[in-house]
Amino acid sequence: MITLENTQANAVAAAINDERRRMGSPTVSMVLTLLILTDEMHQAEALVAASLAAREHPMRVIALIERPGRGGAHLDAQIQVGGDEGPGELITCRLYGELSKHAGSVAIPLLLPDTPVVAWWPGASPDSPSTDPIGMHAQRRITDTNTSTTYIQELGVRLENYEPGDTDLSWTRTTPWRSMLAAALDQPVGRVQEVTVHSEPRLASALLIAGWLRKRLNVPTNIVHDKGPGITKVVLKTTQGEVSLSRPDGRVAQLSIPNAPDSPVALPRRTMAELLAEELRRLDPDEVYYQALRGVAAVINPPTKELKANGKKAANSAPAKKKKSE
Amino acid sequence: MINPLRDVNDRRLPRVAGPCSLIIFGVTGDLARKKVMPAIYDLANRGLLPPGFALVGFARRDWVDQDFAQIVHDSVREHARTEFREEVWQQLASGIRFIAGDLRSDESFDELRRVVDELDQTRGTRGNHAFYLSIPPGLFPDVINQLRRSGLATAAKDAWRRVVIEKPFGHDTKSAQELNKVVGTVFDSGSVFRIDHYLGKETVQNMLAIRFANAMYEPIWNSNYVDHVQITMAEDIGIGGRAGYYDGIGAARDVIQNHLLQLLALTAMEEPNSFLAHSVRVEKEKVLSALVLPRDIEKHSARGQYAAGWQGGVEVKGFLEEEGIDPKSITETYAAIRVDIDNRRWAGVPFYLRAGKRLGRRVTEVAVTFKRAPHLPFSSTATQELSNNVIVFRIQPDEGMTVRFGSKVPGTALEVRDVNMDFAYGDTFTEASPEAYERLILDVLLGDPPLFPRHSEVELQWKILDPILERWAKRGQPEQYHSGGWGPESSYEMMARDGRMWRRP
Repeated sequence: MITLENTQANAVAAAINDERRRMGSPTVSMVLTLLILTDEMHQAEALVAASLAAREHPMRVIALIERPGRGGAHLDAQIQVGGDEGPGELITCRLYGELSKHAGSVAIPLLLPDTPVVAWWPGASPDSPSTDPIGMHAQRRITDTNTSTTYIQELGVRLENYEPGDTDLSWTRTTPWRSMLAAALDQPVGRVQEVTVHSEPRLASALLIAGWLRKRLNVPTNIVHDKGPGITKVVLKTTQGEVSLSRPDGRVAQLSIPNAPDSPVALPRRTMAELLAEELRRLDPDEVYYQALRGVAAVINPPTKELKANGKKAANSAPAKKKKSE
Repeated sequence: MINPLRDVNDRRLPRVAGPCSLIIFGVTGDLARKKVMPAIYDLANRGLLPPGFALVGFARRDWVDQDFAQIVHDSVREHARTEFREEVWQQLASGIRFIAGDLRSDESFDELRRVVDELDQTRGTRGNHAFYLSIPPGLFPDVINQLRRSGLATAAKDAWRRVVIEKPFGHDTKSAQELNKVVGTVFDSGSVFRIDHYLGKETVQNMLAIRFANAMYEPIWNSNYVDHVQITMAEDIGIGGRAGYYDGIGAARDVIQNHLLQLLALTAMEEPNSFLAHSVRVEKEKVLSALVLPRDIEKHSARGQYAAGWQGGVEVKGFLEEEGIDPKSITETYAAIRVDIDNRRWAGVPFYLRAGKRLGRRVTEVAVTFKRAPHLPFSSTATQELSNNVIVFRIQPDEGMTVRFGSKVPGTALEVRDVNMDFAYGDTFTEASPEAYERLILDVLLGDPPLFPRHSEVELQWKILDPILERWAKRGQPEQYHSGGWGPESSYEMMARDGRMWRRP
């Protein structure tokens, strides 16, 4: 680990090259640069996740930690190349004072030439990732709405400012559920007529999976809150009965489909490193995420006739009133 | 009916196999324990198996379901690639069944039939079943006939039955045809999956990506620029406990006939119209049918047996002293051959294939060696240390690609020397880079055939090898070579005759 205090970005870049040379491996076969925009509270966990994900995707990880406040503008950096943490390069930059408003000026000289850039906000994220001074350099921008208490408003903001390349870890979290539900509908189970998603309160993932189902199936979609953890159950009412995937304990789920015996399914909640690795597997726009975001709006504000036909109100319709309409 | 939740744009959703079971014959074998069963667990762990998946073992052992489950459990604990999770294991374990039976007994197969029907009821496997024959090919006719007799080979409408077989696919053209006939009478060719685990490897698939997704390789991938190609599979181990299998088979049948000729086909084939199974096979067959052997096989091939000696710091026995091997055995443990390809792209570019046991280290690679630049505007001393440019696909163990080219040695004098540039993408411990068997078993369950050689390829590959094997059979005992080295003297002579040298891989 190299520590540079009161330094500049070009000195950091030079130090990385020196370190590479010293280790005898001047060629760099990295596939992307990951920019992590974070604060002191989230940085440790994010760095661990990034270095684990770097085993699958060799990359340069640049954590930019903003330390606004009084005192002069200056940059402190730590560099770690290779070693126990994984094959990539970890660069932690702390931006003090006025400099914390100009993170882009630190990041640009450190980006790997002509390779994709991914920006990740593990905690709070900007309203418009694609026009953010850092986000504008990235072709993939990862936010995490599950961490937010105002998640419904935030999903609305995501939709409003969506640009191809945006994605959200609360969407990534739904992949195993979506995969199992899609596999269930590969079977002859009839046509889906109604969807109910059960989850702990205030969970962006639950809204996104409901939004996805709403858009794909075009049927009334409800959300019911319970104790969790996470998403606990998805029920698809079909013309032949019920497809239900239920996971009360956050680990093992039970899949029931019409005309077939029930079966257990391992559906463990995944670690941040696993989520991030999935996110980095594809760097092109995720159109299905956009679709799910649009579906969220339809779940929260269902057309009136649907409500009547349905006979009951979606549990989320109350907080939805706070959100401005699409 | 189209599944409304599926969308080609939804690239996060993995391909999950539909409801089905896998029935393994020969569960007590090494392959089943070390590769097949761990791969099934890894698939389950990655969420790629259907919830009601069932695994049925068949062997002549006095076991009940729980005993077999314990065997699977132990093999998973020891050999699985991904982390052991109790909940995944429970999901798998509830679908495990065992048939204590004999491959020739009507009763045992009637029992299997009952179990399979029971699984359709209790696990919802919906009549989809794959039979994995992890047994010596001599027993295939018994099993195949029993599968037919008991009605297990016949699928209901909207269901499938598939059979998976492992190499060797015969020991010459004739026996391969006979084997194919036995299997073909009961299963149609689309339901027969021949496993060549090399084709499931990430790097092998990457060879196609590198060749056909880039602009910079294909223009020089021909006789104008390529001098020759070397395809090597070296093992550091001896025959171990496989004397019964290996004696009479040898390196050429064991490795060159299948793995190396398939690698050759992928290296040399023309661009397929698409990556659908049919298009890829058409191109592979085209290039395999254009292979020709040198007129004088003797001068352009080599074979050997490893002698006692030291390999990697350990004293090892010679092949002829191995337990279960006839001291007069003429089976080769090292084989090298030259083949040429009679087409415009490859005219005059020899392909050298070699395979051996107890060599310097374990490595499999495809090395494409280029011609030297037509003119070197340097003094002869400046380029003395420059050799041919090479692109190497490293298949195992260190998967990746190496490019060798000349570069100036730093300093005031102008001197050019060979340097290597390496590329390795990720590492094999990550979820995304599956073991070959995982990939192939999943493809069987999905019914996705591009990575499985079909019978006509197998036959073409035997046709190349038959004349060499006939020739060798008349020549008595092969030459002895040092354990831990890179093969017999005759293999070096064979290259020297062409004015070339083996790479040290």
